[in-house]
Amino acid sequence: MARSSTLRNFAWLWLAATVAVLVVGFRQAIFVAPMEETMGNLQRIFYYHLAHAILGLVFPYVNLAASLAFLYWRRRDPLKALSADALAVASAEITVLFVGITLATGMLWGKPAWGIWWTWDARLTTELLLWLLYVSYLLLRRFSPSGQTAVLSAVLAIFAAIDVPIIYMSIHWWRTQHPAPVFGSDGGGIDPAMVPAVLWNLAGWAMWGIFLIAFRFALERRRQLAEQEAALLALEASLETPQ
Amino acid sequence: MRYLSFVLTHLRKDLRLEWRSRDSINGMLFFVLLMVVVFSIAFDPAGYPSTTRQISGGVLWVGLLFASMTALNQSWTREQRNQVLEAQRMAPSPASALFVGKALANMIFVLVVEAVLAPIFVVFFNLHVLGNAWLLAAILPLGTWALVVNGTFFAALGLRARNRELLLPLILLPLSLPAVLMMVQATTGVLTAELDPIYLRSWITQLACYDIIYTTICILLFETVLNAE
Repeated sequence: MARSSTLRNFAWLWLAATVAVLVVGFRQAIFVAPMEETMGNLQRIFYYHLAHAILGLVFPYVNLAASLAFLYWRRRDPLKALSADALAVASAEITVLFVGITLATGMLWGKPAWGIWWTWDARLTTELLLWLLYVSYLLLRRFSPSGQTAVLSAVLAIFAAIDVPIIYMSIHWWRTQHPAPVFGSDGGGIDPAMVPAVLWNLAGWAMWGIFLIAFRFALERRRQLAEQEAALLALEASLETPQ
Repeated sequence: MRYLSFVLTHLRKDLRLEWRSRDSINGMLFFVLLMVVVFSIAFDPAGYPSTTRQISGGVLWVGLLFASMTALNQSWTREQRNQVLEAQRMAPSPASALFVGKALANMIFVLVVEAVLAPIFVVFFNLHVLGNAWLLAAILPLGTWALVVNGTFFAALGLRARNRELLLPLILLPLSLPAVLMMVQATTGVLTAELDPIYLRSWITQLACYDIIYTTICILLFETVLNAE
């Protein structure tokens, strides 16, 4: 009991810190960061778009790691395997959410900047396929028979994780129109005055994503425990001798 | 060597079963024929020869993709009758041999369909191949294997699922999209002869890499799927 109340206090603290960081990030992005030369205020959506895009590429790795851990522990330590599976669900759902927000903010940005909502260029298509892959992962979880859900979805998670670099390379070959990478050696870079807004938002949304994953993980654990208890009760009831 | 003989036994069994019923091949053949007719009506290929050349690679692969999906589910349903699959799970032969045999059998079925379909397709679409048509002899099997190897795997994965007929396309299509892109680009490149040969070769190489990667993973993970509990 003591442990769960400590955890709950920590979660509240974490949420409060997240909200505080997001408030700072909002202020930095909307009021402090300088106006962009060509796009004006429109460019401020970049701080949200970039943060979600980066995190949407990080969470699939959490999903892959959890799925591999599940397959490793499946026979060796079933209880640990169950928590790994819960982490896999949580990270997959948050991946879909973050990639979805990346797509949505990208469209909102693309319409005024490019004049179109959508174009089939390399990065956009890759992002869309990433989203489709993890939606299909969640659908498999919904449709598969209850005893096998964890194993089958872990296998699909491995396939999906391998597919992502292949998709990226093949589509990159196909076409490129998205603005070239802003950061890195070949990027143009951004005004140093914009850096705090980028970093605050990245930190804030990362904390928010971690909070959501932890919350969903706790929820899934409770569901698993309730399922185990129900199974145990059914087993006990079946053992009682009929009169 | 022993592994190879297991694979061959499974392959022979699947071919014999198919030879006796001919369900999959007949179903696929008629399905693809219908697709060709539907696409011909939808796009009017006789009127616009150059447009037809541009799109027919995509049309061909979309038709084959859907047709093979109708057959893939059946190929495992067969094993479920009389609890054959349970017997397979208990058999001392490696589980992946079952998978490889089944995938090879499906590959042969789809290749037969392609061999029958290709002339019909050329006639109905008024196709004149402008590029090196022999390259298609490499692209078609590579593309077919890309569809069939993942399709066979995911048909087995969704075997005990509720509404598995729906589940297979839902998980197979997103995963196959890069392969579809590669095979359609390569095929269109051959048909129109507009693609630089270097690009063409790169698409074919990528497709071959895709095949190798996914064949390896499928073989490694099949036992997990077969004994999923």
